[in-house]
Amino acid sequence: MTVLVLLSYEKGNYIRPITRSAITAATKLGDVHVLLAGKDLGDLAQKASALSGVKKVLIADHEAYAHMLAEPTADLIESLADSYDTIIVPANAEGKDILPRVAGLLDIQPVSDIVEIIDTNTFVRPIYAGSILATVKTHDNKKLLSVRGTAFAPTAEEGGSAEIEKLTHFSGSEKTLSKFCELKISQSDRPELESARVVISGGRGMQSSDNFVLIEKVADQLNAAIGASRAAVDAGFINNDCQVGQTGKIVAPELYIAVGISGAIQHLAGIKESKVIVAINKDPDAPIFKASNYGIVGDLFEILPQLEEKLGALK
Amino acid sequence: MKVIVPVKRVVDSNIKPLVKSDGSGIEINGVKMSMNPFDETAVEEAVQLKEKNIVTEIIVISIGEIKCQDILRTAMAMGADRGILVTTDQAVESLSVAKILKHFVEKEKPDFVLMGKQASDDDMNATGQILAAKLGWAQGTFISKLELSEGKAKVTREIDDGQEILELTLPAVLTTDLRLNEPRYASLPNIMKARKKPLETVALTDLGIDLKNSLEIVSIKEFSSSRESIIVDSVDALLDKLKNEAKVI
Repeated sequence: MTVLVLLSYEKGNYIRPITRSAITAATKLGDVHVLLAGKDLGDLAQKASALSGVKKVLIADHEAYAHMLAEPTADLIESLADSYDTIIVPANAEGKDILPRVAGLLDIQPVSDIVEIIDTNTFVRPIYAGSILATVKTHDNKKLLSVRGTAFAPTAEEGGSAEIEKLTHFSGSEKTLSKFCELKISQSDRPELESARVVISGGRGMQSSDNFVLIEKVADQLNAAIGASRAAVDAGFINNDCQVGQTGKIVAPELYIAVGISGAIQHLAGIKESKVIVAINKDPDAPIFKASNYGIVGDLFEILPQLEEKLGALK
Repeated sequence: MKVIVPVKRVVDSNIKPLVKSDGSGIEINGVKMSMNPFDETAVEEAVQLKEKNIVTEIIVISIGEIKCQDILRTAMAMGADRGILVTTDQAVESLSVAKILKHFVEKEKPDFVLMGKQASDDDMNATGQILAAKLGWAQGTFISKLELSEGKAKVTREIDDGQEILELTLPAVLTTDLRLNEPRYASLPNIMKARKKPLETVALTDLGIDLKNSLEIVSIKEFSSSRESIIVDSVDALLDKLKNEAKVI
């Protein structure tokens, strides 16, 4: 059995941790080859080759894949598909864009967002915003899977010495169906939400954008990433890309602190794999408490400054 | 421009789904069913484009039991012009849905297909991309902004570290993020008017499309939180727990 994993990376030559999680999942199914597609790849090939568990790195160095647009990238993967029993992508925006297109080309039903591998054909995946876990068995000969990053520990960045093969046939490279215009990256000095050890999120209870400074001060003490509920994003308190939940980001930090968040199903779906969840809310009946390890019932405007001060004193 | 908006009837997303007592599936008897909220966003966007005279006709399509008529009527009350219901008692997977939609795209020849990025029941997030592949069309997924011009669609996509702007050549398949808009509630007069709009019903078996399901549901279970929910009465007590019990700070 050989598995192809699409490598997801950031410009600036950084392999996303979710790729390393996908590789961990792939090693449970067979020998792992990774596909590195793009332009100006720098030392990414060497970094991919060093990933623990990777046997081979395929490089598709071509302008057409520079922004990993779905149309050419899916064609590229389809052109390689014959050699693989299973094709895996990280279940991030990129993987979710590309994999079902490959599935359409190959006439296979994909299996999205797997969180557990039972056997080579059987997988567990969350449905209904994570409130239900379904175990599904695929009867397709070839498997197309996207892997939820928080469900598998990332493979080590070192220890591998995979062979590197440069591809010379660039399927889909002539495609001009879509054109890249612009990337708007949200700048932040804080850790990324998906890989931060601690995440602190604010909800509608924060009442205003200005009040998020209280969250920022606590986040500074914990080197935490800052998140938000959909209600806080919709109210315009904070940017879209901070949204945690079914329609935002899925996080799994060691410590998740929910401040002024009631705990809608959609939000809980995005945090349930966190190791420890703390809820701060003035409503003792808020559903968030039932989903938490620890809770404080009270006024967040009093609790957050105390938390900041006492965390500072702990150092 | 002409647009097809596929809509799915699902357990209302505000209701906590429950597993049937025999574990065979989700209980839907006596449970409120609604239009998939992601599809509602797609309908709203199409209607707004029609109000701006960019779109001239909105066709909504659903697949499933006869009761799916209700969400097609809802979509028409929001502003869609006509509906098509493909009736079947069988569950259809994304790949099959894409094949059925392709049949209607080839028949109706829309300028684009606008649909929810995923359904709130199975969360597969696949049908739009599969349809785009089957048609050989461009795809714009997870969009939060749409600008149409002659033969082009400029879309803003919600991606992991921000937003990406693409220009697509039409025809294309576009899938919606919830941030695209805030769907309207249909007014009573519009609900009445929608009853008179054309709704065509066709049996899936009459379409002559060869379909098979690949995924077998082995089991389903409710996700249960095993957290203890310990309520503490002070920040000191909380920090003590986090430091000495949970050991996370």
